[in-house]
Order: sequence, then C-alpha cells, then structure tokens
Amino acid sequence: MAGDTVIRAEALTKRYGANLAVDHVDFEVAAGEIVGILGPNGSGKTTTILMLLGLTEPTSGRAMVAGFDPLRDPLEVKRRVGYLPDQIGFYENMSARDNLAYTARLAGLTRREIDERFIAALDRVGLGHVGHARVTTYSQGMRQRLGLAEILMKRPSIAVLDEPTTALDPHSTLEFLDMIRALKADGTAVLLSSHHLDQVQSVCDRVALFNRGKLALSGTVTELAGRVLGGGYVIDVEAHGVNVPELLSAVPGVVRVQPLGGDRYRVDCQRDLRADIARRLATAAELTGIHFAAPSLNEVYARYFAEARDAVE
Amino acid sequence: MLSSDAGATDPRAAGRRGSPWTGLGTVVAKETADHLSSARMRILEALVFLTAIAAAYAAIRQIRQTIGESPFLFLRLLTMAQDPLPSFISLLGFLIPLVAIALAFDSINGEFNRRTLSRVLAQPIYRDALLLGKFLAGLLALTIGLTSLWLLVIGLGLLLLGLPPSTEEMVRMLGFLVATLAYGGVWLALALLFSVVFRAPATAALAALGTWLVFSLFWSVIAPIVASLIAGPPEGILGPRLAYLSTEQIIDRVAPNTLYAETALALLQPATRALGPVLISQLEGAVLGAPLPVTQSFVLIWPQLTGLVAATILIFAIAYVLFQRQEIRA
Repeated sequence: MAGDTVIRAEALTKRYGANLAVDHVDFEVAAGEIVGILGPNGSGKTTTILMLLGLTEPTSGRAMVAGFDPLRDPLEVKRRVGYLPDQIGFYENMSARDNLAYTARLAGLTRREIDERFIAALDRVGLGHVGHARVTTYSQGMRQRLGLAEILMKRPSIAVLDEPTTALDPHSTLEFLDMIRALKADGTAVLLSSHHLDQVQSVCDRVALFNRGKLALSGTVTELAGRVLGGGYVIDVEAHGVNVPELLSAVPGVVRVQPLGGDRYRVDCQRDLRADIARRLATAAELTGIHFAAPSLNEVYARYFAEARDAVE
Repeated sequence: MLSSDAGATDPRAAGRRGSPWTGLGTVVAKETADHLSSARMRILEALVFLTAIAAAYAAIRQIRQTIGESPFLFLRLLTMAQDPLPSFISLLGFLIPLVAIALAFDSINGEFNRRTLSRVLAQPIYRDALLLGKFLAGLLALTIGLTSLWLLVIGLGLLLLGLPPSTEEMVRMLGFLVATLAYGGVWLALALLFSVVFRAPATAALAALGTWLVFSLFWSVIAPIVASLIAGPPEGILGPRLAYLSTEQIIDRVAPNTLYAETALALLQPATRALGPVLISQLEGAVLGAPLPVTQSFVLIWPQLTGLVAATILIFAIAYVLFQRQEIRA
C-alpha cells in the first residue's frame, strides 16, 4: 500500500428484495492510490460506491471511509469525499459559479473560501473563461469538467469518479486523465469506475473487477493477468523460421502463444522467460526481436468474463 | 477488523450522527431565490394579484354605497362579492392551492430528472434538510406573496375608503392571513408528496390538480352521499336528522377547502357564532347579528386551524418517509 488505508470495506452486502446487488465485498484503498472499479452493468459497482458515500444503507457488512463509518457518520464521510456521478446534472438556470457555490456552501465552505477556490478550480479544469456563463450553455464535456471542479473546490481526501469520461472527446479524455493523475499527486485517493479499460489501465494503480455483485478479482493489472491469463508476463517475439509457435510452446513456463501476424508472436509466461526463449529459438529460427509487452486489461477482462460465462453455462 | 476499529456498537442500532438540519438554511435560501426569480412564480403572482385586487376594488365600490351598514368595513372588503367577480376570500380559496401546487409539484422529481439529487446529497447534508428546506422555501415564497397582497389590499382600502382599519379588524385579518398560509401549506405538502411519489413532474402536477378538483368541485357532492350511506337519510319524521348532519360535517371537513372556508367565515364575519348545526336551545339568550369578540372567534376556528396544520404535518411526514426509502441513483 502507498499509504494509510482511506477506504476499507468488509463483507459489504446490499440486497434489494430477492436480488443480491452486492455480495460480501471486501477491499481497501490507500491514500494517494487510484483504484479502478470494473465490471458489466448491474455488477454492483455503483451500489458499492453509494454505500461508501452513505447514500444507501448496506444490508450487512461494514465500511470505513476516511476514518468514519458511512452508516453512522455520513456527514463526516461526505465532508471528506468528492463524488462525480456518471450522469452529472446542474441547475440549468444558474451560472457555473452559482452551481458550485451552492454545493460548496452545503459542504460548509465560507464565502471567502468559495471565492478563493472557485477561480483556481475552474482554471485547473479549463473553464476559467466561462465560469459566469449559465450551465445551460455548457456541452456535456464541459459539465464533466465542472463536476471535477466541484471536487477540486471541496479538496477531499477521496474522490469517487463514476464513468467520468463517457461524454468526452479523445483530447478532453486525455486532459481529464491528467487531472485524475494530478489528484493523486495531491495525495487524494481516487476510486474510478469506468468501462474504458485502456483508460483505467493508464491511470490506475490497482483494479477491482466486479461480477454479479461479488468482487471477483483485485490487484495490479500484472497480478490480474497472472491469474486470468495464466501468466503475468507477456513477451512479444519476432522470429523467422519453421515451427516457431511449437518451439515457443515447448519452453517451460510458457502458458500461451498467440500469433500476431507475420513473424510476430505474443507469449504469455509465468515469469521472465526472454533468455530461455532466445536460447530455444537460436537452434531453429532467426530471432529478430524480443521485448516485454504490458498485459492488456482488455484481454484480462474479456478472458475473465468469457470463462465466467462458460462456467455459468 | 473494522469492528475493532470502530468499537463494538452496531451502527444500525446506534443511529446516525450529526444534525439532520445541517445545510437547511442553504437549501431554503437557494430554493426561495429560485421561486422568487422564476417566471412560473411571477405569472402566478400576477394572476393572484390582478384577480384579488380586482375583487377588492369591486368590493370597495359597493361598500362606499352602503358605508353605514357595518362597523367592519375592511373585513367586508374581503368578503363582499360584486357580479361578475367573486369575493376576495373566494378567489384566494380557489387560487392559493394552484400557487402552492405550482411551487412544489417538481421539487424532488425535478432534482431526479436534472440528475442533481446525487450531487447535492453527496454533500454533507441529510435528506431531511433537503425535503424540509424545499417545503420551507415554498412556504416562505407563499408568505412573501400573500403578505404583499394583504398589505396591498389594506393600502387600497385606506386609499379608497379614507378610513384606517380598527385594531380588531387588523387582528382578524392577520388571523386570516395565518389561516391562508396554513391552507397553502396543506397543498404545498401535498404537491411535495406527489413530487416524491411520481418521477414525472407532469404526473405529479396532474395528481395534485386532480386532488384539488375533487375537493373544490366534487367534495360537496360526495360528502352527502357518503354521509347518507353511513348515517342514513338526511330527513327524519321530525325534520333534519342530527346524526346525518354531524356525519356530513365530519366528512365535509376532510376537505381542506371546507376548513379554510369555515375559518375565513368565522374570522371575517364577526357575527358568525357557530360553524356546525345550531340547535334552538343554543340560541337562547343570544343576540342575533351581534359580533362575537375576536378571542371567541379564534376559539371557534381553533379546531379548523389546527386541522389544517395537522394535515400539513401528516402529509409532509408521509412524503418524508417515502423520500427516505427511495434509492438515490440520479
């Protein structure tokens, strides 16, 4: 862990009648850590977030957020957590400033603090020039940025971002991801729920994978790849010769060989086997390149849910 | 283990910490500002002001022709009707529910639909403060509008009658203002309840207006039918049956309109001595047509006034319970 634990869930469970939305979820988030929450729709991600925020009551289990129980001390939790919902809404008839001032007053900020923080927050999200315009003139991307500005004004120790980049264009998405990294740099723990796996992989320190209300997997992408793909190490090999896939598969520790086209192959391994592969290929093929490839979260995700689906069937 | 961190107490049993009214003032201030600056409120205010002032002006013209007939000229200003306009109090009884419904029918569902609810409730504030704040803001907007109207009518009376109102008239008119606010509170709470129950604002508005139509138009038809089903026919061998009259009155008083009309009648027509069936024995020694002291009029309307306040609290409590049970996902 990078620092003190700021979110800890223990056997967190939420039941709606006969439907078990969240089933005994345990996880931790450290200060200054970015954790991605993944899973298909209805897998329990948002319900877990709402329980951590004190917006819905768990059926059983416990949570501690920023040192407080969301069930017992929801106000203290909310003082320390900034939340950006998946489809954020603002009061259309009010300016961006008035919208942010309203929630800032609810958060207990003084008028002076609001004035001081407002300009800095809006400049940081690139909306400084339209801060006094009515929100009705804002695009969806600008609204997402405004939502992040609201979190920045609050200066929370934890930021919970639910699908924050859904409505953003590619350039704005990159900027938004930079802003999330900046939050981490400020020491803020970030819980990021998203379906954009490449984005999650690019910013998150760890990933929690939800399936049918349960926390199915949790760890770094390399750890997850190790568990799901059978090897945490992915090596890209470029070699010319006959039977290269068979030669690669014969190396002890190789889990899978994937042809990428031409003379290129992707090899999933249980450990760093670059030297072993080079030795094996030297006898029967011409090795032109060998290097590590980062394990893809997309691949981990797709494989996990394909196997989970097969297991159900 | 979390249990060791947080102590052995079960948080569900221990209850939540922090004041439920944290943020109430901020919500009231924002919502009141929204109401007072909204086009919807301005249109309704203009409608109420124009019709009420027209009714008062028409009444003044008639009063000037019959100025010596009553010592309570200012009260007649509110109760006197002149064709084609109804009296000031009749107009208020008709329009106040409309204004109250317009103020609250989209209070909570509007937040859901704008997707602002989760953003607001993610701040350190309980739902209690949000719901009560919205209700109080509506009541405050109603109070500001009605007080302005009340002062305007008094000013108009001073200007056109050339006489100041007596202290008793002022006390009675003030009581009437409070009763009108209590009446508005019932409709405000009802519209708030429907805004919690129905996710579509149009459905909530329709449900509230439907309830208003039932009470203002159809209740006078429904009450006798239900009363005759419960207490038998209205007429007996010796004339009207007391059991039927009492039952009909009880059913009639379920309608806030009835409670408000009785309150207005007792306060603004000081000669009113009773609000139910009067027996011959009760009239013994009474000087018919003599005004009742103001304190006695207040004693007379006390059940009606508390009934309106109780109805407001009851409807608000139902809205509160339903809102607490709703999932916040927008």
